[in-house]
Amino acid sequence: MAVISVRQLGKEYRLGTQVHDTLRDQITALFRGRKKQPAEKFWALRDVSFDVEQGDCVGIIGRNGAGKSTLLKILSQITEPTEGEIRIRGRIASLLEVGTGFHPELTGRENTFLNGAILGMTRAEITRKFDEIAAFAEMDTFLDTPVKHYSSGMTTRLAFAVAAHLDPEILIIDEVLAVGDAAFQKKCIGRMTEVARAGRTVLFVSHNMSAVTAFCSRGLYLERGQLKAVGPMREISETYLADAFSSKGQFEFRRGKVRGSGRIWFTSLNIGPGTANASLVCGDEMTFRFTYKAVTEGIPARFLINIHDQQQVRLLVIDSHTDDSFPYLCPSTGSITVKIPSDVSLVPGRYSIELMALTSDEVADHIPGALDFEVHDGDFFGNGRRAHQPAAFLTKSAWSLDVSGEP
Amino acid sequence: MSADPAALGERVIRPQRGMISVNFAELWRYRELFGFLAWRDILLRYKQTYLGVTWVVLQPVLTMLVFTVLFGRFAKFPSHGAPYEILTFAGLLPWQFFANTLAESSNSMVASARIISRVYFPRLIIPASVVCSGFVEAGISFIVLLILMLIFGVAVRIQLLLLPVFLLMTFFVTFAAGAWFSALNVKYRDVRYIVPFITRLGMYVTPVGFVWTDVVPERWWMWFCLNPLVAVIDGFRWCILGPQFTPYWPGFALSLGVGLVLLVTGLVYFRNTEKTFADIV
Repeated sequence: MAVISVRQLGKEYRLGTQVHDTLRDQITALFRGRKKQPAEKFWALRDVSFDVEQGDCVGIIGRNGAGKSTLLKILSQITEPTEGEIRIRGRIASLLEVGTGFHPELTGRENTFLNGAILGMTRAEITRKFDEIAAFAEMDTFLDTPVKHYSSGMTTRLAFAVAAHLDPEILIIDEVLAVGDAAFQKKCIGRMTEVARAGRTVLFVSHNMSAVTAFCSRGLYLERGQLKAVGPMREISETYLADAFSSKGQFEFRRGKVRGSGRIWFTSLNIGPGTANASLVCGDEMTFRFTYKAVTEGIPARFLINIHDQQQVRLLVIDSHTDDSFPYLCPSTGSITVKIPSDVSLVPGRYSIELMALTSDEVADHIPGALDFEVHDGDFFGNGRRAHQPAAFLTKSAWSLDVSGEP
Repeated sequence: MSADPAALGERVIRPQRGMISVNFAELWRYRELFGFLAWRDILLRYKQTYLGVTWVVLQPVLTMLVFTVLFGRFAKFPSHGAPYEILTFAGLLPWQFFANTLAESSNSMVASARIISRVYFPRLIIPASVVCSGFVEAGISFIVLLILMLIFGVAVRIQLLLLPVFLLMTFFVTFAAGAWFSALNVKYRDVRYIVPFITRLGMYVTPVGFVWTDVVPERWWMWFCLNPLVAVIDGFRWCILGPQFTPYWPGFALSLGVGLVLLVTGLVYFRNTEKTFADIV
């Protein structure tokens, strides 16, 4: 019996209008009798239908802007669909982010109760599981210390421990396995697998393809707001990867809702030394080219390009703020090229790019997994040799021997 | 697993059309979360102030002294045989409840943006729980009031038992305004500048430091009673100080009615904009 059945689901967003109007503008518009420009409409999801059976563990994959987050948000009732219908049997809990509602001023114990309640646990449930949660978070001495004194690792562990002890019939997870150190991640995946084995239904969105394939039996592949393929996870992930790495190394962003204030938003990203594929060769100069738009001229913009490996470990942060020649104020539309000299290179493998735009005090746009790319083996050192052991990076180096041998 | 009635049946998610009313059954299901959020708001309120309880006591007592000197001694407003201090304090108790929680309640939806865009629950809980944190302050103020009554020799009357009813009215008036402003604030970000202005202006048209029937010309009475806090404050004075403060009933009814209209429209407006909160907050 299907525990979730989705029929002709669609969600429409408006684009181009400023999200937060002011009451002042509204009132002046009323007096002047001026009509608002009709907003540009955009379907983040359209005509999506599928069923999820009891006990299924479903991985939802797709590029950025494919509608994955929108789908999860509709399923968790955070936002309303524009058309279509969903029928759900059973209690749903969604983990779109761990630590939702954590407050730095409250103690670990207080936050555990509060966060548990926000995620849908009853007081009795939390009390019963409290010791188990504390043990899972590997925490006993700091439970009565305000969370603001915790290290970020501790906060994450506690937040995840609470989430891992949710016990709903249907669990929705978005990206949250990408937290903590590798050992803790493993523990979390173990716990999730237990949940799935206990006959619970799990829906899982992640850019971490190895986690999705390891964890899920069925896959949903979304593309541009539509369902492209449904089937066994392994097949679906192969289709997806084939598409992702054969596509051209440019990506036009197509999104309903910007994650951030929306004062700046990315419109496209393009990598490589001008190659046709989203691939680079070790030893080549790496180039990123992106375009953006902003709500006003002369906006104080700061851009970040973060590079993650397949395990979602952040390897590299490329920050416009660190380059003196980058202007403080940017025009309302622009194209930016970032060059990384070839003295350092990523080792061959698959990576993903996270883009972030900041205005002086807040995140304006944020695209995790903006583009996946591959680095191919190449003659990095220019002499045909290789480093003895692979690591995350390769760097050129100058060695010299002083024959006098004095220490 | 809790015996959640909604968990047993089938739930249907589809676009809602037309007017959306308040889903009381759902609010009842989420009562525990409501409790937790109210508890959080109370904890935060007192953890973040160094003076904590001292401040809660000091603030109304100092205001009381200023008003007593200003209105009672200098302007010589009649006190109808009651100590002017108590007369003022009786007005301050509901006023402080309103003024101290309204700003936070109005800002509550925007402040909870992260939770709103990640977890579902009836959003009305958010502004309501903030207003609830005012009850702690009201409780402390009530103890201060009892002490003041002892000092000034005001007898405790049986009508004092009605005080919780009027306190609940204060809650609903504040919550009504909170529901309106918090929903408006999600869409129109300049609303947060309007709220402090309203509280400041409200201080003058709310009879906190005086008995309004002495001050306001009679032909303006009904206009004055359009303020929903007038009924609440009259009720407080009547409970605490006795029959010489019996409310002017037609005005009381009007004020109460305005409060009720504010509450119903606030709830309807909130509910009908609620579905877009996660998209625009």
